[in-house]
Amino acid sequence: MATYQEFIQQNEDRDGVRFSWNLWPSSRLEATRLVVPVSCLFTPLKERPDLPPVQYEPVLCSRANCKAVLNPLCQVDFRAKIWACNFCFQRNPFPPSYAGISDVNQPAELMPQFSTIEYIVQRGPTAPLIFLYVVDTCLEEEDLQALKESLQMSLSLLPPNALVGLITFGRMVQVHELSCEGIAKSYVFRGTKDLTSKQIQEMLGLKPAATGPQGRPQAAQDAEATCKFLQPVHRVDMNLTDLLGELQRDPWPVPQGKRPLRSTGVALSVAVGLLEGTYPNTGARVMLFIGGPPTQGPGMVVGDELKLPIRSWHDIQKDNARHLKKATKYYEAMANRTAVNGHCIDIYACALDQSGLLEMKCLSNLTGGHIVMGDSFNTSLFKQTFQRVFSKDYNGDFRMAFGGVLEVKTSREVKVCGAIGPCVSLNAKGPSVSENEMGTGGTSQWKICGLNPSTTLAMFFEVVNQHNAPVPQGGRGVIQFVTQYQHSSTQRRIRVSTVARNWADAQTQIQHIESSFDQEAAAVIMARLGVFRAESEEGPDVLRWLDRQLIRLCQKFGQFNKDDPTSFKLSESLSLYPQFMFHLRRSPFLQVFNNSPDESSYYRHHFVRQDLTQSLIMVQPILYSYSFHGPPEPVLLDSSSILQDRILLMDTFFQLVIYHGETIAQWRKAGYQELAEYENFKQLLLAPLDDAQEIMQTRFPMPRYVDTEHGGSQARFLLSKVNPSQTHNNLYAWGQETGAPILTDDVSLQVFMDHLKKLAVSSSA
Amino acid sequence: MSQQGYVAAPPYSQAQPGMGGYQGGFGAGAAQPLYGHYGGPPQTFNGPPTGMMKAPAPAAAGMPPPAAPSQYNPNVQQNGAHPQRYPPPAAPASYGQPVQSQYNNMAPAAPPPAQQLTNQMSTMNLGSYASGPMQSPPPSNKLCCPAAFPTSTPSSNGPADDATRTTAPQWQAPQWQAPQWPHHQWEAPPCQAWVDPFPAPFLQAPEVSSSLVLDLLVQLDTPSKQVSLGETWQGLTLPGSAGGLAGPPQKKLDPDSIPSTTQVIEDDQAKRGGQVYITNIRGQVPPLVTTEFPIQDQGNASPRFIRCTTYSLPCTADLAKQCQVPLAAIIKPFASVPKNETPLYVVNHGETGPIRCNRCKAYMCPYMQFIDGGRRFQCGFCNCVNEVPAFYFQHLDHMGRRVDFYERPELSLGSYEFAATLDYCKNNKVQNPPAYLFMIDVSYNNVKSGLVKLICDELKTLLDNLPCEDGSESSAIKVGFVTYNKVLHFYNVKSALAQPQMMVVSDTAEMFVPLLDGFLVNYQDSRAVIYNLLDQIPDMFADSNESETVFVPVIQAGVEAFKAAECSGKLFIFHSSMPTAEAPGKLKNRDDKKLVNTDKEKTLFQPQKGVYEQLSKECVAQGCCVDLFLFPSQYVDVATMADVPSHTGGSVYKYNNFQVETDGEHFLTDLRKDVQKSIGFDAIMRVRTSTGFRATEFFGAIHMNNTTDIEMAAVDCDKALTVEFKHDDTLSEETGALMQCALLYTTINGQRRLRIHNLSLNCSLQLSELYKSCETDSLINFFAKSACRAILNQPVKNVREILVNQTAHMLSCYRKNCATPSAASQLILPDAMKVFPVYMNSLMKSAPLVGSTELSTDDRAHQRLSIMAMGVEDTQLLLYPRLTPLHNLDVGSEALPAPVRCSEERLSESGMFLLENGQSMFLWLGLGSPPDIVQSLFNVPSLAHLQGNMSALPELDNPLSAKVRSIISGLMEKRPNSMKLQIVRQKDKPEMLFRQFLVEDKSLHGGASYMDFLCYVHREIRLLLT
Repeated sequence: MATYQEFIQQNEDRDGVRFSWNLWPSSRLEATRLVVPVSCLFTPLKERPDLPPVQYEPVLCSRANCKAVLNPLCQVDFRAKIWACNFCFQRNPFPPSYAGISDVNQPAELMPQFSTIEYIVQRGPTAPLIFLYVVDTCLEEEDLQALKESLQMSLSLLPPNALVGLITFGRMVQVHELSCEGIAKSYVFRGTKDLTSKQIQEMLGLKPAATGPQGRPQAAQDAEATCKFLQPVHRVDMNLTDLLGELQRDPWPVPQGKRPLRSTGVALSVAVGLLEGTYPNTGARVMLFIGGPPTQGPGMVVGDELKLPIRSWHDIQKDNARHLKKATKYYEAMANRTAVNGHCIDIYACALDQSGLLEMKCLSNLTGGHIVMGDSFNTSLFKQTFQRVFSKDYNGDFRMAFGGVLEVKTSREVKVCGAIGPCVSLNAKGPSVSENEMGTGGTSQWKICGLNPSTTLAMFFEVVNQHNAPVPQGGRGVIQFVTQYQHSSTQRRIRVSTVARNWADAQTQIQHIESSFDQEAAAVIMARLGVFRAESEEGPDVLRWLDRQLIRLCQKFGQFNKDDPTSFKLSESLSLYPQFMFHLRRSPFLQVFNNSPDESSYYRHHFVRQDLTQSLIMVQPILYSYSFHGPPEPVLLDSSSILQDRILLMDTFFQLVIYHGETIAQWRKAGYQELAEYENFKQLLLAPLDDAQEIMQTRFPMPRYVDTEHGGSQARFLLSKVNPSQTHNNLYAWGQETGAPILTDDVSLQVFMDHLKKLAVSSSA
Repeated sequence: MSQQGYVAAPPYSQAQPGMGGYQGGFGAGAAQPLYGHYGGPPQTFNGPPTGMMKAPAPAAAGMPPPAAPSQYNPNVQQNGAHPQRYPPPAAPASYGQPVQSQYNNMAPAAPPPAQQLTNQMSTMNLGSYASGPMQSPPPSNKLCCPAAFPTSTPSSNGPADDATRTTAPQWQAPQWQAPQWPHHQWEAPPCQAWVDPFPAPFLQAPEVSSSLVLDLLVQLDTPSKQVSLGETWQGLTLPGSAGGLAGPPQKKLDPDSIPSTTQVIEDDQAKRGGQVYITNIRGQVPPLVTTEFPIQDQGNASPRFIRCTTYSLPCTADLAKQCQVPLAAIIKPFASVPKNETPLYVVNHGETGPIRCNRCKAYMCPYMQFIDGGRRFQCGFCNCVNEVPAFYFQHLDHMGRRVDFYERPELSLGSYEFAATLDYCKNNKVQNPPAYLFMIDVSYNNVKSGLVKLICDELKTLLDNLPCEDGSESSAIKVGFVTYNKVLHFYNVKSALAQPQMMVVSDTAEMFVPLLDGFLVNYQDSRAVIYNLLDQIPDMFADSNESETVFVPVIQAGVEAFKAAECSGKLFIFHSSMPTAEAPGKLKNRDDKKLVNTDKEKTLFQPQKGVYEQLSKECVAQGCCVDLFLFPSQYVDVATMADVPSHTGGSVYKYNNFQVETDGEHFLTDLRKDVQKSIGFDAIMRVRTSTGFRATEFFGAIHMNNTTDIEMAAVDCDKALTVEFKHDDTLSEETGALMQCALLYTTINGQRRLRIHNLSLNCSLQLSELYKSCETDSLINFFAKSACRAILNQPVKNVREILVNQTAHMLSCYRKNCATPSAASQLILPDAMKVFPVYMNSLMKSAPLVGSTELSTDDRAHQRLSIMAMGVEDTQLLLYPRLTPLHNLDVGSEALPAPVRCSEERLSESGMFLLENGQSMFLWLGLGSPPDIVQSLFNVPSLAHLQGNMSALPELDNPLSAKVRSIISGLMEKRPNSMKLQIVRQKDKPEMLFRQFLVEDKSLHGGASYMDFLCYVHREIRLLLT
């Protein structure tokens, strides 16, 4: 085997898995001493163009509480046509269809390169995808117009057989009937009254869907005919386009000094109730478009008096946010209800002020929906992001999947502690569930109502082998991820990834374990843990916890002489880790300073679901430098990189900042790029634009694009991210030609490292 | 003058507790929950006032002028003319009135020698105008015809000891002079007359000063045999058939001998009809409601607006109690004024608003007396002296009258309007024009019967005729549409839309309006969309199977809509069935015929409590009037469903077993009338009175939050409310009694206005004055309303008993105090009340009071509620239907044939009669109707060919048909409601329906004939007198 780097890369490409440790310590005690838990980032639906799904169903272990899927790691007796489950060691006969099996005629799932395999389940009815638009009408005319156009456009992107529905709300909530001809009909709900799902269904005149044995709607086809509110796109697109076109701003007058009354809570409740009553356990997206915070009824975030501003972090810390707890509780309950039904909720919030994402975030976080935050619906940020929701993959299928259930099976020495990601627990107890909870734990199954190829969960494991028990000889720890989901083509599919890692005795093989450390994965995993904690704990506590973990890790793996900071050294496999932690501490995921509660929620939302690469960008933004001196090069995220004759391109995932150095900016202002003889300058100016364009093409959500220059107000985006190696405090840098000082009291990476070394080597710590 | 007065007390405020002499009265217990005797407990009474008589009437037609004609101008409305505590300092003598001292001397003085009216004695039987006990003995020049007093002489014919003789003292009733009893010979026209004991200058309206003396054959029970009234009095039979009669069977009493309503009406029409009635005299008794006469306002409100039970109040509470004649006014603030009379002037004082008395808040009116050279005015109601605001100052002329007297309606007229300022508006905001909301029940029944389509089609044309302010092109009223069954459908009919939009609200538990913009629209602007909607509604629900309906949420929706639009308005609800769907106000069938005639019968009339009560309040607070059109096929609990309309100034129309073919036109006519009515919204009314008496009880389609402010979500031209007065103190004959009814309302254009009606009444220490100025029609209106309210709390039986007792009491008091002593067996009726018994009897036979299991509970409840809002005309007609013979029509004549008495005896087999009472209309055809009449009216050879259920006469081109149809349509036009014409053949089954309206006969449902009732009352009177 080649280097661990290659191994890691290969594993990620094949199985979508990145483990923090690629060699596992063989005992519980040793595992805990490693500080960073045995854990992984798992991307269940990682795009695998090279992996055609097989058209049959998986073979399951016959033991009732195991049901593991036949995989390449199983021992197979081709003659007896028996296979042994590598989790519970149950010996299972092959099903009759496998009669022809032999050494040379193996099914795909037994081949090593198919450690990840996807099955298509043929049974059961296929239900169409459902898109339910929930539209705020308390918008500015211009915004509403833009939103209407986006929505009309989206109809052309939907699969023709998909069902679509429309709910609009302002002071009232209107559920539009789509099937009728002549008079446009809608059912109206009061924006202030919390209704139970049953009441909603009664008021909409829906007959409660008869649920089959598996909770699937028995008569999905009937429901399609009877439910006037959800209709196939191909049938109603003209009608709906007109309806959207005629959509007016909320007609209720908004008195001076008041916010418009926005009944977001009830609107969502109606949307959820409607889907619950008609299509439980069928893939459905509730797409909520809001232009401001909910101001009345259940789930209200701020009152309608403009003189009372929406809660800030300051208010929250002072426990002064009146509606926060109630609203959060309300949306959490709704999110759980939605998750039970397997539907997901997207939030598209476009407003200059906060719109209550802090309270509503769980709607998307727990159901796997998107959150998109922008300033206005009339921006390309929203328009393109929204368009990208309906993007298609290489097969022409939508990059979305629904109703995913992720099940984790472990070999005996390992148990699963929990997951952090856009999922909810299904509370499935079993032999592989650890008592120790990390993230959403206590279960071996999670529901992920909305998935896309980049949805990534952090999974935490615990080695349960006792210290004195022998390392299983040649044995490997095995973990199987079984993801059942509804593909966007409405097929039910099951993807199975089986991964194994070798055991290592931590006492004797600590260097091996150290070199198997995946510091990128570990950084992201620890960051997720930190963000997870930050949701419930005070910011400083989380930072302290992170610091302690970092110090302990350095103590464990650093090479140093006691009490001699200068002697401290870290091996290559850990060398970048402290730097990640430094940037993580400064990141908006843990620092709320300068961010509104909504922004924090938004950043955290994306952080806990993106894959490793994107997550790393979020933790430590990427900085490219463009100059006449050579091709663009990545440079240190440091104030020293800010030079007068450079153009910088910073990608923080959420923002793309193009920063023109002082000289460049002057040249640009002088218009040199227009002159033929300065063609090369023009090229230089264009280069970062092209690169930014490329990034924006693929990123979801569209990043905020910032084009700024030295001294520009928007330069703050860059200055707040770079390591403040030169500040007004260390004035020795003044006068030197390197970089620009940042006016901050934040510690620089250098100071951080000095302290880290000091603490790591200290014998008292 | 300080304007603080009204600023500090905005118009919505309650009674100001500090208000002068009213203080005590605003305290507890002004409203008596139980039905007591009218004229109830005495108020504090401070000894007899030194009253004075005033206001002699101009000579009545046919009367010689009084010997000593009035020496002063009878117009008492002049400002400053009242001889009060602040006499005008200047020129009292030149005032056109006598010097005050003259009055004071006159009152206690012995009556001067009476004017002998000998010239009349020979031609008419003068009713007695008896002197009260307080009077000095009648002068000796009493004319008496001894022969006319055979009463105490035993007749050889047998029962004469029981019988008394009639001396029908009718002014112009010749048939009364010739009773047909053979055994009671009249030697001569019975002529007994007293000359009025009063000095001639005070003789007022002599035609009402007569009494009716009536001999009746009455079975005299001993007091011990007296049985409980409610049960058996109805069973009282004619003397001829009664078993308990002392003597041998009596010959039948001639029905012509008892007072005839038709005759009274005819006489009044003949005497006063067509003459201009000038309202310049205090305490002037107007002609009957049935009489047609133009009115000229000269300082008192026209009788179209206010009518009183009596125009001469007793001065003391004791007197009032003694006579038990209720003192009440029936106010119809929006009464329509005929085209030939001037509409009300609108006075606009700009931003200062109307001028009011600082203390009692009365509005500027003719009773305010300007003093101090015009710098101050004294309030006629509370006597408070107020500064005249600078802008309003005007010099007084030599008579102490303001120079601008004739230029200012508020100084010279009885009725006028003020433009109200923002202070009088809700939340001090300019009001929006009101809105009409049409709410159509589209449940299965209504769709199937074709009603929905009928309404939708009609609305298209109807809405073009929404009422609009004079002079404006189109109506400012906004319209909106709702349909409903178990859920409500609102429609967005914004003019910008190509198609109407429908919004369904199924949350009936907590109603709300889903939209504001586009719901209430201007009809002219949105006509196309509304047409589109009205076309589609019948189709949309054509397949609906929903038969359950909601009701309360519908009204709530209306209230919410008005609330959101910040306007007042009216709901037109077209409803079919009892609301049984799960929603607030859900009803269940609680009809129980077993309760009839028990103590629990009242529960049938009581609305179900709870949400309905609250809803009325909300409606009134928002100015939301509810008109309910019911199309029931069975019991729908009208008592409850009509509760809200009856508190919001709305009307209830009921069409049992509605069928488009037979009832469609009837309903549409009602709807058209209802929509086009002149109406005011969000009204609050206050009746102010001068010191000494005050308004205590209020009856009508109103809501009251406190004891003085009458709130009505809307008041239209047909709604009248009845106000009862009680004494607080002694009234002065000199100053009389004043009342001012101020109605604050919103016009159909959204302007806030104050409508003021002023009326001045006489006061007298003489009961005879009171009886002289009574008005039977008003009295019966009061009794009808109070009885209809009483049956909510008391068994119907008790109410009837009280009614009879009070009738007897009123009449016996007259007999005791005013009539000449005569034989006890004589029934003596005051002339002004001579037909009172027939109305009273009819009232007791009316559906709510009759206590019969054959009448549907809903119909009784419906009628009860309708009566509560009725004006004097309506109760008169309801209780004495108009029976017009049509068989001997003079086709060429304009005039209507004279109606005949409502009795079967008046029908003739060969005749054809039209009967109408404002609610129902019948065309009765005698079996022997001439075929040519049948042919020309129905185009069939004989009655036998007549179709069963005709509801209109065919349009035939012959003069008779045209005439009859024009008579019918003319009557329909006149009445507030349309009536369904029912054609009844003699001896057909439907004749039963017809017969119950022959109110002089014994009722099918148990109720005495007029004659029996009269006998019974007479017996009661005699018991009271002994």
